Amino acid sequence: MADNHQLCTFFLEDRFFGVDVEKVQEVIRYQVVTPVPLAPPVVRGLINLRGQIVTAIDLRRLLQVGDPQDDRRPINIVVQTRQGTFSLLVDRIGDVLEVDQSCFERPPDTLEGIARELIQGTYKLQGRLLLTINIDKLFNLALLNRYRATAKNTE
Amino acid sequence: MDEIIVEFLTESLEGLDQLDNKFVLLEQNPDDRDTLASIFRTVHTIKGTCGFLGFSHLEKLAHAGENLLSLLRDGKLSFTQEIASALLNMLDAVRTMLGEIERTETDGEESYSDLIQVLNRLKEGGSASPVPPSPPVPVDATPPANESSAAEDADADDAGSELLPPGSVFLLEPVSAPPEKPSALSSSAQCPESPATPPSSADTSAKSAQPAAQALERAASTPAALERAPSTPASAAGGPSIAESSIRVDVPLLDKLMNLVGELVLARNQIVEYTLLQENPQLMAASQRLNLITSELQEGIMRTRMQPISNIWAKFPRIVRDLAVNCGKQVRVEMEGKETELDKSLIEAMKDPLTHLIRNAVDHGVELPAVRQASGKPEEGCLLLRAYHEGGQVHIEIADNGAGINPIKLRNKAVEKGLITLERADAMSDQDFRRLIFLAGFSTAEKITNISGRGVGMDVVKTNIEKIGGVIDLESELGRGTTFKIRIPLTLAIVPALIVTSGGERFAIPQVNLLELIRVNEEQRDAAIEYVHSNPVYRLRGKLLPIVYLNHELNLIATARVLNIVVLQAGQHQLGLVVDQINDTQEIVVKPLDKVLQDIPVFAGATIMGDGRVALILDILGIAQQARILSDSHDQNVAAQLEKERDRKAEIQTLLLVRSPGNGRLAIPLAPVSRLEEFESEQVESAGDVDVIQYRGQILPLVRLKNVLSASYSSDRLARTETGALTTPLLQVIVFGDGVRRIGLVVDEIIDIVQDVFETKGRATRAGVAGTLVIQGRVTELFDVQSFLQRMMPLLALAEGA
Repeated sequence: MADNHQLCTFFLEDRFFGVDVEKVQEVIRYQVVTPVPLAPPVVRGLINLRGQIVTAIDLRRLLQVGDPQDDRRPINIVVQTRQGTFSLLVDRIGDVLEVDQSCFERPPDTLEGIARELIQGTYKLQGRLLLTINIDKLFNLALLNRYRATAKNTE
Repeated sequence: MDEIIVEFLTESLEGLDQLDNKFVLLEQNPDDRDTLASIFRTVHTIKGTCGFLGFSHLEKLAHAGENLLSLLRDGKLSFTQEIASALLNMLDAVRTMLGEIERTETDGEESYSDLIQVLNRLKEGGSASPVPPSPPVPVDATPPANESSAAEDADADDAGSELLPPGSVFLLEPVSAPPEKPSALSSSAQCPESPATPPSSADTSAKSAQPAAQALERAASTPAALERAPSTPASAAGGPSIAESSIRVDVPLLDKLMNLVGELVLARNQIVEYTLLQENPQLMAASQRLNLITSELQEGIMRTRMQPISNIWAKFPRIVRDLAVNCGKQVRVEMEGKETELDKSLIEAMKDPLTHLIRNAVDHGVELPAVRQASGKPEEGCLLLRAYHEGGQVHIEIADNGAGINPIKLRNKAVEKGLITLERADAMSDQDFRRLIFLAGFSTAEKITNISGRGVGMDVVKTNIEKIGGVIDLESELGRGTTFKIRIPLTLAIVPALIVTSGGERFAIPQVNLLELIRVNEEQRDAAIEYVHSNPVYRLRGKLLPIVYLNHELNLIATARVLNIVVLQAGQHQLGLVVDQINDTQEIVVKPLDKVLQDIPVFAGATIMGDGRVALILDILGIAQQARILSDSHDQNVAAQLEKERDRKAEIQTLLLVRSPGNGRLAIPLAPVSRLEEFESEQVESAGDVDVIQYRGQILPLVRLKNVLSASYSSDRLARTETGALTTPLLQVIVFGDGVRRIGLVVDEIIDIVQDVFETKGRATRAGVAGTLVIQGRVTELFDVQSFLQRMMPLLALAEGA
């Protein structure tokens, strides 16, 4: 990893996240989502990205942030992963930030569950913390399935 | 023209085109063994094939070339310009001959003996000493005399050809050209100072033949390529239109085109849908045109991917032959519909399943000659392969006239292996047993001997065929043979589909699975669906069709009031899928789902609809599995099972249980019983020998059960005390018969009424009893109503008379 690299930032509620900008293909406004019955709950559905069918993942559900209070339409961050192209549904998009590796820190041990596996670490920025997400882990099948299993258990 | 020859020509011409390049390479780098070897191989192939096809002139020439090349390859001879020229001459001669073959299917009169001599001389001369300075002379001198005018000759030819209509150019030129052409080539190779001539000659023909232009460019860039410059126009003009009428295209390129056409189809759908909303006649016209063109383009692109099924069948005679020899059998292969075309990817996918079926047919289907003779069949078995298009699908049949499949043996084997229970086996038809061969685990565990075979990996065959959206079934007659019938779609990428709506979402159902559509009005809705043990069914022309609610399967909310049933074929089963709304049919482009979603069995993929939204494609087999129509307990022939259950319903009877004399139990069928009554003993009167009672304005004769059973009914008086009063204050009486003729049976106690399917387990032990059975865990005698009523005829008459 380079000393400095750029992160595409976004918000879930007031939490501030970032993904490696290299992985981001594009950011697009809300698209009509076709729900997929019987799919894991983190899969919101499918969107048509210029003729390509892309699976939309609800990051709120995945990171267990909770469902939104208002009916604001989510933004799609289309990312390229080793598992293919996905769209991450987020509340708000932030700037592309260049972050200094020196202010990076591993996530605290108190982090639990899925979040612990997905959140790579924290950048201590001026006045706020930026959490980075490991995109490649995000679509790890086993992980999603585990999510499904834990969701079932809590039901 | 014979297919083999066409193929030979295509292949050879392609090979020759590559050779041109390779010779150029070789001249730059004479020691390149790899290139030499590959040239040798190409020439060798041509020689071999044309020898096989009987083109002896061509063969001789190629043979001479091959000999020379083999020395070069082995390093016994070094590559010189003379040799290169001679070989190039040979190539051109070969090309000319191929042109001749294409026109006349013979390799022409010209034997090129001069050229062969040159080649042979070079070979010998080369092997004896380093190339002497003399050979170039014969090379140029011997074949044509008019070396000096060769270039002009070419010019003249081309000029002449220019005057002719373009179409005839290719045909005419070679006729006049063959002997001269090669010389023209070598001459230009020999005279590097005249590069202007070939270009100009080529220039004229460039208008009619594009390759010439390319050749020109190469000629200009590399002096060594000069030899090629004239040769290419010669080949182009020498006219193998085969080379031009067919080209090889990378499959990935075709795939890409297919994808693009898919996108175009989607865009078209979108535009057509949008146009319908606008009232703009011009836009309408344009969109209709777009519609038509897209359809044609789609068809065209699809055809580029189509290949005749003979591509895979061609191997089969050999496989069958080898296998038959190994097994000591005689099998003849017959093919029908070799030219039937299907998508290349499907061809690939069908290769293994078909090979497997063929092997099976020979290995297990066809009997040994002796066996066949014994059963009065010709010793030679026949394997018939048939293919045809029907209903937008490709049908493939593999039929043998062998021993057939014995359903009983399959049944026993399946029961023995615990694949099916005995009860289920009872409910299955012979055809169901035969289909057992497709069950996984039935086949692979051990090779089934004795049974007419089939089964090793048949489940894999079935899975593979289903994977490409196909269906396999079989017909078999013991002693007559077996036919496997396969249906597969024409292509996978774009499929016609029915669009339905459920729970507010649209879904696509591949038309392959579609049988019919049924709409039931709101009023009839409740009556239309019946239940077999809480499983909904619909009566479709007298047959029960299992009903699956899509909303229910997908956890959606139903919105429809009417009942829309889509009747579908899922493997060997039919099912009715209830959806909210049926929209229309559309061509859809199948796009795979992401891995995250692939383990949901009910979806086959997704597509993009006219409005740009995504719709899911239903996997009918998956839905049937999810709804457990295909699951183990239900697997075979739901309809047959249901029918069986209905039959059983008819046998359900209602029995009245009474205490019989001797504290036993007696069951009396309730059907002939009209009433159960209680009478006070005082009401009983006598009419002669018979106890009677006044009942509904009639005289009802009473008979005691005890007396009926002991057959001593003649002195059939109710037991009285000596005072004349009856022993029991209340009489339990079962009244038989209709309004006119009635008889009362007096019993001690009525225990219960039971309703079920009863089977008589034992024989009658006394008169008046039809048999014994077990009810509520106790042995019960069944009262013989028929004989009772018959015996009571006189008494009945009494009642009637009253």
